[in-house]
Amino acid sequence: MSFTKILIIIISMVLVNNYPLAQFLGICPFLGVSKDIESSKGMGIAVTFVMVLATAVTWPIQQLLNKFGIGYLQTLVFILVIAALVQLVEMFMKKSMPALYSSLGIFLPLITTNCAVLGVCISNIDDGLNYIESLVQAFGAGIGFLFAMLIMAGVRSKIEDQSRIPESFRGVPIVLVTAAILSLSFMGFNGMFS
Amino acid sequence: MENQKSKLSILTNGLIKENPVLVLVIGTCPTLATSTSVETAVGMGLAATAVLICSNIVISAVHHFIPDNVRIPCYITVIAAFVTIVQMLLQAFVPSLYSALGLFLPLIVVNCIILGRAEMFAGKNGVVDSALDGIGMGLGFTLTLMVMGTIREILGTGTWLAGSWFGLAPASWKGIPILSNFIPGMSIMTLVPGGFFAFAIVMAAVHYLTRDKSKIKNDFGCAGCAMEDSCTDKSACAEKGAA
Repeated sequence: MSFTKILIIIISMVLVNNYPLAQFLGICPFLGVSKDIESSKGMGIAVTFVMVLATAVTWPIQQLLNKFGIGYLQTLVFILVIAALVQLVEMFMKKSMPALYSSLGIFLPLITTNCAVLGVCISNIDDGLNYIESLVQAFGAGIGFLFAMLIMAGVRSKIEDQSRIPESFRGVPIVLVTAAILSLSFMGFNGMFS
Repeated sequence: MENQKSKLSILTNGLIKENPVLVLVIGTCPTLATSTSVETAVGMGLAATAVLICSNIVISAVHHFIPDNVRIPCYITVIAAFVTIVQMLLQAFVPSLYSALGLFLPLIVVNCIILGRAEMFAGKNGVVDSALDGIGMGLGFTLTLMVMGTIREILGTGTWLAGSWFGLAPASWKGIPILSNFIPGMSIMTLVPGGFFAFAIVMAAVHYLTRDKSKIKNDFGCAGCAMEDSCTDKSACAEKGAA
């Protein structure tokens, strides 16, 4: 596992295969929480943290499921593990890191139903990555999500004054148009790695 | 329960008045990802509808026995079980759809629509009403996907309803040519930005058509959030706009 390989995985997850902008994963929080930079940062960091943690736990579990020949239980087991994990992290944070909890805590329950977290766990298995590669891919996916959230929040702060937007496009549609243009620009990274 | 709604209004509620995607703005990920053509859109819609109906029925039947504070994990377990069943059935009988939906098939389990309906409707109503609600919401979801799929497929490839249709269509079926005789397809519409654009246009059209009723949500907010009932800090949630 060379350093270049790690770097390639991270860059490709952040730029080329960015989860919200190139793969349609984690769109709900991407559109919903990207109103201001502070909460985008909180959500992005919380998602990255849970992604790495969830991959660290679900990858060995999948090997265990495969060993017993019950790999088809993947979906069921993974989502329960993630839900339990998020609950544990929340309880742990509340008890021992109240400062961090007050900034990230409210995002944690929402992460259980964030498809990006379950998505990264399943695609790590589907791609046949080893343990280290899976962790790196999860980390890269989280950073990519954080990156997209921050850009989106920055752009949205510029369109806060909606008086110049056609009436029908105010609110949700203009955010979607913004996301479209953003993902268009991210398409420029396509083919960076073959 | 509280007020006896007519069975018909429960059924039609999800189609237009509370359309999960267009009005409640939930379930956006699968809507954008699988609406590249009408065929995959219908496949995704029907798969999610099947899970939604089954999970609504089971949850409404057993919700009296589930302690309130562990209900979300219980709901997720029920939903995940049905998703696994649908996954296995598709893999066995419709492998082309199974590979077309790919990652988004297991991700039905985190589709906010299904958990949201379990929490908001099936956990409070009877079996028949919940089944009707599942059918209505599922069809509303499928219909929205089909509209999106139609726009993206016609603009993106020039044809309509192309594809093998789960192996049912004859091999010579190439879809109905709509634009392909005049202009080449704009493949951007079948890619990621096209999904966002098409969704933006559809949402704007809905806003325009309902501009007098002002029933449409102008923003992402608490309504439709699966965690609404258990939410401890609604003001923070609304403030952060967590959808």
